[in-house]
Amino acid sequence: MTAATGRTLRLGTLSTRVGGRAVVAGAVCLAVAVVLALVWLGLGSIALTPGEVVGALLGQGDRAATTVVVEWRLPRVLSALVLGAALGVSGAICQSLTRNPLGSPDIVGFTSGSHTGALLVLVVAGGTYGQLAFGALAGGIATAVVVYLLAWSRGMQGFRLIIVGIGITAMLGSLNTWLLLTADVEVALGASAWTAGSLNGARWPDAGIATATAALLILVACVAARPLRQLELGDAIATTSGVRIERARLGLLVLSVALTAVVTAVAGPINFIALAAPQIARRLTRAAGVTVLPSACVGALLLTASDGAAQWVFDPVQLPVGVVTVCIGGAYLVWLLVHEARRR
Amino acid sequence: MTTAQRRPPAGDAGTRHTGGRRTLGLVLGACALAGACWLSLVAGSADVSLSAVWRALTDFDGSYDQTIVRETRLPRTVAGLLVGLALGVAGTLIQAVTRNPLADPGILGVNAGSAFFVALALAVSGGMSIAGYVWFALLGALVATCAVYVIAAAGRGPASPERLVLSGVALAAVLSGIVTGFVLLDPETFDRMRFWSAGSLSAADLPMLGTVLPFVAAGLLLAALVARPLNAVALGEELAGALGANLTLVRAGAVVAVTLLAGGATAIAGPVGFVGLMMPHVARWIVGPDQRWIVAVSVLLSPVLVLTADVLGRVLVGSGEVPVGVVVAFVGAPVLVGMVRRRRASTS
Repeated sequence: MTAATGRTLRLGTLSTRVGGRAVVAGAVCLAVAVVLALVWLGLGSIALTPGEVVGALLGQGDRAATTVVVEWRLPRVLSALVLGAALGVSGAICQSLTRNPLGSPDIVGFTSGSHTGALLVLVVAGGTYGQLAFGALAGGIATAVVVYLLAWSRGMQGFRLIIVGIGITAMLGSLNTWLLLTADVEVALGASAWTAGSLNGARWPDAGIATATAALLILVACVAARPLRQLELGDAIATTSGVRIERARLGLLVLSVALTAVVTAVAGPINFIALAAPQIARRLTRAAGVTVLPSACVGALLLTASDGAAQWVFDPVQLPVGVVTVCIGGAYLVWLLVHEARRR
Repeated sequence: MTTAQRRPPAGDAGTRHTGGRRTLGLVLGACALAGACWLSLVAGSADVSLSAVWRALTDFDGSYDQTIVRETRLPRTVAGLLVGLALGVAGTLIQAVTRNPLADPGILGVNAGSAFFVALALAVSGGMSIAGYVWFALLGALVATCAVYVIAAAGRGPASPERLVLSGVALAAVLSGIVTGFVLLDPETFDRMRFWSAGSLSAADLPMLGTVLPFVAAGLLLAALVARPLNAVALGEELAGALGANLTLVRAGAVVAVTLLAGGATAIAGPVGFVGLMMPHVARWIVGPDQRWIVAVSVLLSPVLVLTADVLGRVLVGSGEVPVGVVVAFVGAPVLVGMVRRRRASTS
């Protein structure tokens, strides 16, 4: 978001600077994601042309095509688009708050915490989506608090936060394994379907509730993320420029965890999108720091593409999308480590 | 932790106090190990009397209780012993070579590398003997060790502890992701790997342990050989060179030893993390910074941790059991967190 190409948008009392390059990059990512989504909607044992898909979506197709597209395939594809965006935003906020490209919810343990919370609810109460989401949110926030407190000792350091997060993640992973082992066989089978992070089971109405909630939270994030830029400059500057730093930081952290929790409750822990999307967006837009909306667009593209790959590359076997994102994202993390070392 | 590692080894100037402490450490370690073995033989869902356990070992008569002890609990105990000492010593070596108090075969992705190569071999061949997959476990351990070090050391300067941990976690994530993929693509492989991938001693039997034993023994021997020059490595590269240590040879020896030990342990129990992280610190705390003593005490104390964790896993849940890897991670993760806190508090 360079000042030279930026212009200011105003909507009532809200105003924001918009960089030309950010708009183009975000729009291109989103467009590619939507095109991919249309392709995935057409693929399957009943193959449809893009025209038929669009017709079905607009309610003008024949009955069979509408059933296939809207009832069967749309929940999954829409989930991938919106939840991917949610993960991108969650990662952008978290990385900006920790001022570290590695400080994303999946590395510092929030995703595992959400998963543990959802699993606990599933084992104890056996849940609807609402209960699971609540459990995931509670688990994520509890984990965030614990990690933050443990990593805090005379100030916060990025690497310590991350190593503490890795430790907590390992512990929660063990806890999750143990929960699955002690649960009833049926509950365990249902839960293990999304232990790797999968959209295979996305159905209406759960997918609808999840995507609606996620979309709402993304909108809130776009408005609430404005103090991020000031916070990145340091607490002193943020305070003098009129940000109530503790309140802003707490609110943004809760928002980031909530976005992760919404995704985890419906799809299980999908790792590495939140890590990679903001950094890819930063490089695409050539912005100084991580930016929320471009991250959302890149996240949507990444998850949609990964989910398609998970579904079709090894046809007829469907992989959980988490397996694909872990491979892409882990490779990206390795590259990031090497690249950062070179630049020093 | 780091200050302890950077301090020069006590050497011959070590006080009598340290000597007494070392002997005490060895004796206590031996006692704890005997206790853990006994616990592992006695504890379990079947109620076997103490005398029956003793007779099963000395004077086997084929009764039901004695068969339980000999057929299931004895192999498990031996497996716990082997896995524990292999991981403990591997952790000691890896921490000494990288001069990194946070190193551990699990965290650095060595175990994940083993698991990945075993899964790869199973997926390609469709099935093989235990002797076959030990080799793949070893190969995987070697490749992963080198890869993590290369990634972390990319760019200028030595690999920092945190960078090494992160590279290990990243590599482990990718590899275990691919293993999950394999497992889901081929449910038959899945069945074989399901318990193995959680880190469990329950599948161990004596012939399999016999296959792995030579590798672990060779690793231990190599560890004993490089322990003395590793004391020089602890002083830093330049000083070590000046003291006449052949750095390349020592490092290569240590890496081969880590490969043999961690690969062997993974072949028996699947990936078990955190043992190699914790035990060297406990050992260093007891006997001081001399690597020879640290290795010796790790050999005694690490199996205690694994065996106790295994017994806890058997006893804690009413029916079924918790894999040892899960129990160890529960104990080990807080240790990692505590160490990161102390490390920064002391250096900043």
